[in-house]
Amino acid sequence: MKGNGSKVTSLKEAVRSFIFDRAHISIGGFTVNRNPMAAVHEIIRSKVRDLHLYVHSNGQGVDELIGAGCVKSVEIAYGANGRFAPTCVRFRKAVEQRQIGIEDYTNYQMTLRFLAGAMGLPFLPCRSALGTDIVETWGFSEQSRVNDPKLPDKKLDILDNPFGQWADASKVVLVPAINPDVSFIHVQEADSQGTCKIMGLSFADVEQAKASKRLVITCERLVDTETMRNHPEQNQIPGIYVDAVVEVPYGAYPTACYRCYDYDPVYLHEYYRDAQEDAKNDQNRQRYVYDVEKHQDLLDLVGPERLEGIAADPETGYAVNLQRV
Amino acid sequence: MDYTPREMMAIMAAREIDDGTIVFCGTGISMLAAIAAKKITSPNCVIFFETGAIDSRLDEIPLVVSDPRVMYGASSTSGMLDAFAAMQNRIIGQYVVGILGAGQIDKFGNLNTTCIGPYEQPKIRFPGSGGGCDVTSFVPKSIIFMQQQKRKFVKKLDYVTSPGYLDGPQGREKAGLLPGGPSVVITNMGTFRFDEQSKEMYLQSTYPGIRPDDILAEMEFEVDSSNVREEIPPTMDELQVLREKCDPHRLICN
Repeated sequence: MKGNGSKVTSLKEAVRSFIFDRAHISIGGFTVNRNPMAAVHEIIRSKVRDLHLYVHSNGQGVDELIGAGCVKSVEIAYGANGRFAPTCVRFRKAVEQRQIGIEDYTNYQMTLRFLAGAMGLPFLPCRSALGTDIVETWGFSEQSRVNDPKLPDKKLDILDNPFGQWADASKVVLVPAINPDVSFIHVQEADSQGTCKIMGLSFADVEQAKASKRLVITCERLVDTETMRNHPEQNQIPGIYVDAVVEVPYGAYPTACYRCYDYDPVYLHEYYRDAQEDAKNDQNRQRYVYDVEKHQDLLDLVGPERLEGIAADPETGYAVNLQRV
Repeated sequence: MDYTPREMMAIMAAREIDDGTIVFCGTGISMLAAIAAKKITSPNCVIFFETGAIDSRLDEIPLVVSDPRVMYGASSTSGMLDAFAAMQNRIIGQYVVGILGAGQIDKFGNLNTTCIGPYEQPKIRFPGSGGGCDVTSFVPKSIIFMQQQKRKFVKKLDYVTSPGYLDGPQGREKAGLLPGGPSVVITNMGTFRFDEQSKEMYLQSTYPGIRPDDILAEMEFEVDSSNVREEIPPTMDELQVLREKCDPHRLICN
């Protein structure tokens, strides 16, 4: 039962309760912003294997999950971190060495797929990618799709407009719904029932959250329910969708969380360098993930000085004049 | 006044952007070009990010399209669903110009940002479409940034990520796409446009000190170069605004 009771738990408990080998999962955020990194690190520590990931452009979290060997296959639109990684390194290596299966969509298509899942529809239409290899080239073969009850039989399909030339469209692309077994979303504020307030861009978090069979929320601050209800129009995810709530300050670190802290360029650059070599990548993970028991230990390891350096300026919501390159 | 090819590219793109345009841009040089347009030629153009941020203040240069710097002072911050719907909807989408780059381009302006080599086992894997395929599918006009290299201007793309004119005249219409396609390709050596009839790329201009043959040597396919002119170099004013107001910390033009 989701309902209205308190869903507050520990991160370890939340991750171990809802993740399992071969689970189909999604994570929130976008490239180096509001990735649920504390949850990602806990997933890595759980040693779960063969995950199937649904991704639009969720950069850092996805790359760390792939690098840790948790991922078997990925449906993705974009595997890069802007200036911090022209292509996400472990993602790139895993695809080039065929260590993971891949299926490419666009950002809009992935967003619509989550929305279709959230709406209880089998698919939604769009006008993107007609005539391209996104439509023509499939990563998972039709046979492997038919054999896998958790995947739709087709990557996508094209439909002639059943309304003639209505809206000046002769054809549309149909993209299949996604209903992840579990999604992990990090937000600025939530209450014990799971109602969430996201500040700044929501990316596709709301669609992902509402499409998921299980939903784990990590938040910067647990806020009492009465306060959350003073401005309900500012809350994007009501508690009825949520299975677990965990208060994790700096839960998106090293990615940014608007109005709380910026991304940490030091961590991200170091990760990018280390990720180039298998041994160094393993050492990086050992140091920042396995050798820390919980997220607070990672924050202690990084130290207060660096955290202070990325503290959000109250007016702009980011760290003004942060040394970024 | 000395300038770098990157600065020239940003200013060339800025000159392409009309006042009042909504500019869809990614990170890096495309963002710099959009900021330069706003600060030099077109103060009323609006910068639009696929993440859902519209007309952000951009006091500091964002390094990713999800950068918290795109959230501050925006007219609205929603999400991807809204951002792409705005471009797919021609009522507002008709005002959008996309700026993007690619790993490979062909003579019809189709782009590859997915992989080099076979898709199943690529020699090099790139990020993928992101919103690139969406914006080029939807909007009437785009500006493409490319490095002028033979391995990037290819006869056949290894993967068609984002549609240009597809296979030529009527290509987009036959496929069912909205009318559109690239209007200009800006490289580190010169610029190209597309013939209205054949939809094929032709060489429009060279930068000072570059000969047409230098450019043609860096292409796998042939293009018409019969009407090439030399480009006007960046003015002192343009360079000054670019350096002092757009990218003062040299985060992009370093």
